[in-house]
Amino acid sequence: MDTVELAAKSPEDQQPWAELGLKDDEYARIREILGRRPTTAELAMYSVMWSEHCSYKSSKVHLRRFGDLPQSDALLVGMGENAGVVDVGDGWAVTFKVESHNHPSYVEPYQGAATGVGGIVRDILTMGARPVAVMDSLRFGAADAPDTARVLPGVVAGVGGYGNCLGLPNIGGELLFDDCYAGNPLVNALCVGVMKHSDVRLAKAEGAGNKVVLFGARTGGDGIGGVSVLASETFDDSADGRRGPAKRPAVQVGDPFTEKLLIEACLEIFAADLVTGIQDLGGAGISCATSELAAAGSGGMAIDLDAVPLRDSTLTPAEILMSESQERMCAIVEPGKVEEFLAVCARWDVLATVIGEVTDGDRLTIDWHGERIVDVPPRTVALEGPVYERPMSRPADLDALQADAPPSSSADLRADWLAVVSSPDGADKTWVTEQYDRYVRGNTVLAQPEDAGVLRIDEQSNRGIALALDGNARYARLDPYTGTQLNLAEAYRNVAVSGARPLAVTNCLNFGSPEEPEVMWQFAEAVRGLADGCRALGLPVTGGNVSLYNQTGETAINPTPVIGVLGVHADVTRRVPTGWRADGETVLLLGETRPEFGGSAWAGVVHGHLGGLPPALDLAAEQALAELMVGLAADGLVSSAHDLADGGLAQALTECALRYGIGAQLRVEGDPTAALFAESGARAVVTTADATAVRAAAEAAGVPVTELGTTGGAALALDGLLELPLAELREAWTATLPALFGSPEIAVGTVPAGTVPTS
Amino acid sequence: MRIGVITFPGSLDDVDAARAVRLAGAEPVSLWHGEHDLKDVDAVVLPGGFSYGDYLRAGAIAARSPLVRDVVAAARTGLPVLGICNGFQVLCEAGLLPGALTRNSHLHFRNRDQALLVERADTAWTSSFAQGQTIVVPVKNGEGRYVAADADLDRLEGEGRVVVRYTGGNPNGSSRDIAGVTSADGRVVGLMPHPEHAVEDLTGPSTDGLGFFVSVLQAAVAA
Repeated sequence: MDTVELAAKSPEDQQPWAELGLKDDEYARIREILGRRPTTAELAMYSVMWSEHCSYKSSKVHLRRFGDLPQSDALLVGMGENAGVVDVGDGWAVTFKVESHNHPSYVEPYQGAATGVGGIVRDILTMGARPVAVMDSLRFGAADAPDTARVLPGVVAGVGGYGNCLGLPNIGGELLFDDCYAGNPLVNALCVGVMKHSDVRLAKAEGAGNKVVLFGARTGGDGIGGVSVLASETFDDSADGRRGPAKRPAVQVGDPFTEKLLIEACLEIFAADLVTGIQDLGGAGISCATSELAAAGSGGMAIDLDAVPLRDSTLTPAEILMSESQERMCAIVEPGKVEEFLAVCARWDVLATVIGEVTDGDRLTIDWHGERIVDVPPRTVALEGPVYERPMSRPADLDALQADAPPSSSADLRADWLAVVSSPDGADKTWVTEQYDRYVRGNTVLAQPEDAGVLRIDEQSNRGIALALDGNARYARLDPYTGTQLNLAEAYRNVAVSGARPLAVTNCLNFGSPEEPEVMWQFAEAVRGLADGCRALGLPVTGGNVSLYNQTGETAINPTPVIGVLGVHADVTRRVPTGWRADGETVLLLGETRPEFGGSAWAGVVHGHLGGLPPALDLAAEQALAELMVGLAADGLVSSAHDLADGGLAQALTECALRYGIGAQLRVEGDPTAALFAESGARAVVTTADATAVRAAAEAAGVPVTELGTTGGAALALDGLLELPLAELREAWTATLPALFGSPEIAVGTVPAGTVPTS
Repeated sequence: MRIGVITFPGSLDDVDAARAVRLAGAEPVSLWHGEHDLKDVDAVVLPGGFSYGDYLRAGAIAARSPLVRDVVAAARTGLPVLGICNGFQVLCEAGLLPGALTRNSHLHFRNRDQALLVERADTAWTSSFAQGQTIVVPVKNGEGRYVAADADLDRLEGEGRVVVRYTGGNPNGSSRDIAGVTSADGRVVGLMPHPEHAVEDLTGPSTDGLGFFVSVLQAAVAA
């Protein structure tokens, strides 16, 4: 066994640092920090904690921009903790975050997606909140590609299987397809939790003598080195032989039942005030939890690794430290409260074990079979990893791409309309969302296919929240700075059209390899865009996640910044849904339409075109529209509202009409292609029984209004342009995903008598 | 009136069931799976979820928990019992209701707003409905396909023990569109759809689900 003592005596021993994903200068720095070579266990810890996934070594210098945003009164806990916490009024606080699990979901779709949900739920729980809902933002290769048929059904079943079993409603998300994700699908999961201000918990170990308690599942051999194997460079083992040391799958296996018990036990533990600090175990497992807890506190920590309950007694100490077995948490508990802590865990059948204690010193030590195998300054593991200023360069093809103006005239409006709404991106997502429980907990006010997910958080006051996730990668490919802001604007608009006041932002930034200067430039531009957009809209960034190395061979994915916006409903009974429910209402278009087709769904679906510039950004117009929508909702002046985005007015009208089967008689002004398919921002379509009042409010807000017509009938009819019977439209819109991914039904056979109890 | 809602490890819709009880005008009483204590309640709801992770078979382990043994005994003497989704699976596993619930025919979890035809409006849990009434409540399950041998299905139908039947589409491949059944005395009802998710206009597709909880209040008053 490799001990600290032995390491000091054998400086010349060759160590597999390169196989563990470390660069030679990183390995040299570890030797410098320790004044000797690291032990095998220490090398394992540093390698996972200094991986791109855990250390953000390529992105850190850029992410500092978010910290430079003006202080927001709404922000109770900012970036750096497991998730940011936002004040939503009446003493309520909300914590929310979106995280990627892209690489694991490609290797093993069901478990990769399931444990992605599990991980983000534990982050939210760690803050002291009860998780109350999830969302998912998914990207796959071409919908008809063979590998999409392998990956998508498993991912959807995994997101559903885990979230459903935890009792968390899935209230929305995205599902988009593009060739660029063929070898690199994106699975981004969001969780939101609710608590009172006083319940906020932090991840730090304070108070010498306090006990370190590991609780939840036993530690097994799954996911060993997952973060370094999967999220660093390629995981194609034939390319350069980079694999973790373990023989077992690098993707973790989830058990949502254990996580459900963990949630209930934690909430009881929080309510009884039994912990001084808490951290979940995710990427890098015990290495991460112990070093982060100790680094955030003022002292050291001593761990007895023999105490860790194992699923597999043959695991080596390094494997135990790196294992990413799911459904585990680590708490710091005062000695006098340990007994009560263990009793709560026992009531929920959750295994809990004291594995060490907080010390006076400044070292994290780990012992195994009576020998010291780790003795490190915890900050050097958790906080002081390498930081890179990676070279950046504007993509060489960008000028040509931006100069390649999109088509601007439709040869057949009706055919194009049907093509856009029946394309995999535009089509009805029911095949997916039916696999998600949207009702559990009884507070879901709006869920997919609405623009925003809306939850009631207080049954007495009807205070609520709204959430939207948006990440148009086509815009970001054409211009990452503007594209990222357009995504922010869309999520902001989605929240606002539900009647909620936008309050805070989270993000999941999915990009290719940071070692490619062109990718790094895209990343830096996206971060700059998000920071500038948030500054203009007066919103704080509460946290986020960066996923790099999303590429297959030399080809990176389109930059995919997925932006989440949280809004507040003072009275959730005033929420505005997207669907038309009544005949005879006036249909109004808010905002200005320009002939903007760069990156549009129409250009992509009908012409296979991606080029030009994305729609112009006008954040002042977005703010004016949001203010107007919040006011219209509060005054009860609109009965429906739908934001215009991908697919333009055609897509929005389709969704408004098909929601409850109400058509409309409409007319549009100007160039019909632009009217129907342009994707100009800051627009929404609303219906009202009081058009005069809405017009007056819009005029006061400085938002242009165009009257489109009146709801009613069994078709969407546009004077002089086209008529689409709702039945035909519904067939086109709903058939796509079931045709691609629907599995055959099993016929109900005859059950032999006597095989089923029939008392 | 006091209506117990059992929480098993892995119960998910227990808070929803308690809310439905409250909105119907009764007092919800929390019952813990591991205790032999029915707390003198006048009726019991077994809520939806994944009790004990649905390991072995959905509802199989919960059916052998200490409290469910007490519920079985009390049901034999007339205690009204409602099993929703996982609760229905538990009641079948416990032998209080006939048949079994298996993997959906399409092999997916499915959540949709579902129309149901009320065929029995005289059980302890459905007396506030009219026979032949169509109601809409959410259905959401992965193992909700009701099965029994044909001869047993014939007998159940003959005895009028089908309480609610899917209409306008069968969401899971259940035999003869059966969504819920009752015991011979009409006091125990199990169904896969979730009436507790249809109790408020704000959050449900209807408020039809409230009828189940209102019914048992009337049944208890009458008894």
